[in-house]
Amino acid sequence: MQRRVIFDNKLLPYLLLAPQVAVTLVFFIWPAAQAIWQSVHIQDAFGLRSEFVWFENFTAIFTDPNYVGTLRTTAIFSVSVTALSLSVSLLLASLADSKIKGAAVYKTLLIWPYALAPAVAAVLWMFIFNPEIGSLGRLLNGWGYNWDYRLNGDQALTMVILAASWKQVSYNFIFFLAGLQAIPRSVLEAASIDGAGPVRRFWSITFPLLSPTTFFLLVVDMVYAFCETFGTIHALTHGGPGKATETLIFRVYQDGVVNNDLGGSSAQSVLLMVILIVLTTIQFRFVERKVHYS
Amino acid sequence: MSNPTTGPHTTGPHTAGRRLIDLLPHIVLIVGVLIFAFPIYVTLIGSTWDAATIGRGNLPMIPGGEALNNYGHAWSESHTERAMYTPVRIMMMNSVIMALSIAVGKIAISILSAYAVAFFRFPLRMVFFWMIFITLMLPVEVRIIPTYKVVADLGMIDTYAGLSIPLIASATATLLFRQFFLTIPDELVEAAKIDGAGPVRFFFDILLPLSKTNIAALFVILFIYGWNQYLWPLLVTNSADMETIVIGITKMIGTGEAANDWNLIMATTVLAMLPPVAVVIFMQRWFIKGLVDSEK
Repeated sequence: MQRRVIFDNKLLPYLLLAPQVAVTLVFFIWPAAQAIWQSVHIQDAFGLRSEFVWFENFTAIFTDPNYVGTLRTTAIFSVSVTALSLSVSLLLASLADSKIKGAAVYKTLLIWPYALAPAVAAVLWMFIFNPEIGSLGRLLNGWGYNWDYRLNGDQALTMVILAASWKQVSYNFIFFLAGLQAIPRSVLEAASIDGAGPVRRFWSITFPLLSPTTFFLLVVDMVYAFCETFGTIHALTHGGPGKATETLIFRVYQDGVVNNDLGGSSAQSVLLMVILIVLTTIQFRFVERKVHYS
Repeated sequence: MSNPTTGPHTTGPHTAGRRLIDLLPHIVLIVGVLIFAFPIYVTLIGSTWDAATIGRGNLPMIPGGEALNNYGHAWSESHTERAMYTPVRIMMMNSVIMALSIAVGKIAISILSAYAVAFFRFPLRMVFFWMIFITLMLPVEVRIIPTYKVVADLGMIDTYAGLSIPLIASATATLLFRQFFLTIPDELVEAAKIDGAGPVRFFFDILLPLSKTNIAALFVILFIYGWNQYLWPLLVTNSADMETIVIGITKMIGTGEAANDWNLIMATTVLAMLPPVAVVIFMQRWFIKGLVDSEK
């Protein structure tokens, strides 16, 4: 955990830590504690008094049929985004890692979307799939398919899933490439000599050896789908039509900022916090184990 | 392209089949590249046509002649016949200031705290370490309202400080620097101490130069992280003068009706993508190192 040779100084380490600790306390720990406090209180209309209500805010959430719908949307959304971006990036990475001409060019052309903001990715998709100005959106309608993601909830959900996955592929691609490069060539060559074809080699050697990377990305992509895709949804559909694309994080924003329901919004924040803490803990326990055995 | 393993005399289904198998990876990769490039291409083309052409939905696939006009207008003008906009020049400056403050701020406070945790032994060391670590689990999205309230109470709404300081605590950067510091040989520290270097001198003369590569790699990914912020700037900026460019685009789009200044929106989108994409492409090696190392 620490170096053998160290410096002796009573005050200096605290001074070095001060800025980071100050920011953490003021903007992380204190607000998080506030969220927990507010989640078990209800404020009056003027925000003057608040009353301790145990878990009333939480039961209110879970008995709200809208919230159950939001949970369902979030589940569909995050599972689809994770599955789609993982499988596409694994396919592209394993092809770009093989000995083919122009691999370096392909790599560059596939990693740059990492630079795009989730909201910008959404805007780019809108330019193409908008039913009035987008070329593909108009094409779909021209073929007689009734395409308008601004009115049709399922189409809207499909749009945000595709835009959010599209943006995440490059991130996964980079990590899969790093993982693939760590697989010893000799193992693959041995299998090749034994007569295993590329598909067989992939499933019986590459895929199992990549599992630490895949697992790490699985968690990262879930967190991405839960939190960072707020921009995608806000830019593309604003949670609509109706509540068709309202995920947990969008609802926290909607209830807290737009509808000014502090208790309800905080209770949802606390639920999200619990989900994230569980995901992050799983991730770190796993990473530690991997480091230990390698 | 002829296949080297099969001679020119072999013909028939075998050769054709092999050739197809050799080509298949290229086909899949090219389709992948096209799926990522197509939306950008459409946006680039759109930014060279006038609003009416785009609004009618018949955007040609070749560049038009309005590029200078559109980019010039988006860059410096604040309104059109339809609406008021914040000029890109202002939004760009806000985004640059925000992204730079977040990147530099995160690196500065993280390298200092990693130095403290790795090179000193003092009471409560692990408490502080865990406190920093916990921030990983509390992204701004889960503490929106209370964090907003703190920033409002401190009078930091609509300021650059409000945009950047609440985001500069960084567990990943601290962990990365700490990990790197632990690999520095004890002999080096010993030698520096014998030569009479104190902790401050050691930090500036030895540790900082050694950390150059790590700092550059982190800077690239943190700059992009800062540039792409969405929810936080949406909350803490109200005035048009403080708008960042990513927020600006979605404000320009509004409800996405056909009668929009699409030419200006597309030009603004291109300008918003330019800095982070340039950073990724030109600093590719450092960018990948920063990304992969900081997530380990």
